[in-house]
Amino acid sequence: MDGPSFLMLVYIFVLAVFVGFELITKVPPTLHTPLMSGSNAISGITIVGALLSAGLEQFTISTILGLVAVIFAMINVVGGYLVTDRMLKMFKKK
Amino acid sequence: MDLVIQLAYLVASIFFIYGLKMLGSPKTARKGNLYSAIGMLMAIVFTLLDKNIITYEWIIIGLVVGSSIGVIFALKVKMTGMPQMVGLLNGFGGGASLLVALSEYYKLSNYAEGANIALQIPTNTGVSIVVSILIGSVTFTGSMIAFGKLQGLVTGKVVRYPLQHPFNALLLLLIIAAGAYIVINPASVDLLLLAVIVSLILGVLLVLPIGGADMPVAISLLNSYSGLAASATGFVLENNLLIIAGALVGASGIILTLIMCRGMNRSLMNVVMGGWASAGAAGPAVEGKEHKGDVKSVDAEELAMILDSASSVIIVPGYGMAVAQAQHAVRDLMNTLEKKGVNVRFAIHPVAGRMPGHMNVLLAEAQVPYDKLLAMEDINDDFPNTDVVIVIGANDVVNPAARSDPGSPIYGMPILNVDYAKTVVVNKRSLNVGYAGIGNDLFFNPNTLMYFGDAKEAITKLNNELKEL
Repeated sequence: MDGPSFLMLVYIFVLAVFVGFELITKVPPTLHTPLMSGSNAISGITIVGALLSAGLEQFTISTILGLVAVIFAMINVVGGYLVTDRMLKMFKKK
Repeated sequence: MDLVIQLAYLVASIFFIYGLKMLGSPKTARKGNLYSAIGMLMAIVFTLLDKNIITYEWIIIGLVVGSSIGVIFALKVKMTGMPQMVGLLNGFGGGASLLVALSEYYKLSNYAEGANIALQIPTNTGVSIVVSILIGSVTFTGSMIAFGKLQGLVTGKVVRYPLQHPFNALLLLLIIAAGAYIVINPASVDLLLLAVIVSLILGVLLVLPIGGADMPVAISLLNSYSGLAASATGFVLENNLLIIAGALVGASGIILTLIMCRGMNRSLMNVVMGGWASAGAAGPAVEGKEHKGDVKSVDAEELAMILDSASSVIIVPGYGMAVAQAQHAVRDLMNTLEKKGVNVRFAIHPVAGRMPGHMNVLLAEAQVPYDKLLAMEDINDDFPNTDVVIVIGANDVVNPAARSDPGSPIYGMPILNVDYAKTVVVNKRSLNVGYAGIGNDLFFNPNTLMYFGDAKEAITKLNNELKEL
């Protein structure tokens, strides 16, 4: 990867951190647990990389690592979203 | 096709951002979570169209196995077990990032072998792989230890061992040195695996010293790490979606961490380094210290009469309520009081429980409306005008020493000013100290009544007495 394109990635990272700060500071304390499990599910986005590793043409050590990564990431994603939904379903106003 | 996939990733990023935005209000939060999930589904579906994905059988197996385990976890967990569930899921996210980075390394290495050329990895990618492996590993084992502590499989106490900090620093230096060598000489696979193993050990050692009540900080911090690990993997794969999503989670975890630290008036360093000097010590609150008065204890019948004549009540829940699973009993008490025309509200300290917002989730499960739960800064001024405060299984967060005793280890920590109320009822199993290992003068105040017993039994009994009046 050449310098400028790596720098673009850094730009995106830094700007996204700022967006994250702006969004999350507005979440009230009462929703902190669902926020945590919901954002946790988002961190399962590594699934994208895991799929690319598990779907290689040749079966190598990369594929095995990719397969385990797919399993791990899907536990994170599916478990995270479901458990968050279960919690949020309970939050009711009088 | 590549362009379509990239655009789909952009749309997925927007779904994540919008989903998080909607998590800002209880009214829209559930929909927000759904939007975020749609973003994730899009990311997965469009990735499957990538031309580099040739074989699908392993992918299908992985998707089915992982999803099934995720569904089982999510449906089986009880609300009281939520902190450890979040810890566990977090660990899997970190583990996945670690594995993807490793897999990418082997992919490059295989390619070089096949083409019969020396393995060359660009510096940027090399650094990203090492960072991804370090954060991913620490998140993985650290979260598993946090899970173990919260589940009671690993001691919840502060663990100390000689040369703890120098040793951890040494391990970190070792990883950095190995990482630097790998970036320069990518073919040194043994060194890479060593870095993985040392990073995994470091994750264990970093979380092991952290005591139970500091878990809200540890869990938030690990949450942040799992996001940063995903971002680092994004740098390895040069994938914007991973970088954006990971950065959002990283920021979210850091904010929660800081809120938790502020709630305890402690620096992040202090928490990470292993807590209060006396933390985890058990013993009677009065030992070695003369107290100012006697403890007045009260039984259910007497207490019911006091509550019957009150017009405003604030309930302060703590970890003790979670342990006793008393949230439903507390809800029944609230209903009975409200039927008698008493104004009932809840005061939630930011670090009550074992994770941010722990009490809110438990009370939501018991169908307590969320607008009855007030944050510390919103309710603290109301205590002087309140007839009765009922403290259920909380200790350090209502200890007036934090306000008045500069010698106390918790001095300066923001507390709920329950002692300003006309009457304070403290429900506890005994006079033992809280997590900070210090006595609580609140128990000896003239306006404090101790109501001893397991939270669930005691509150149920109180409710029954109250109904009869």
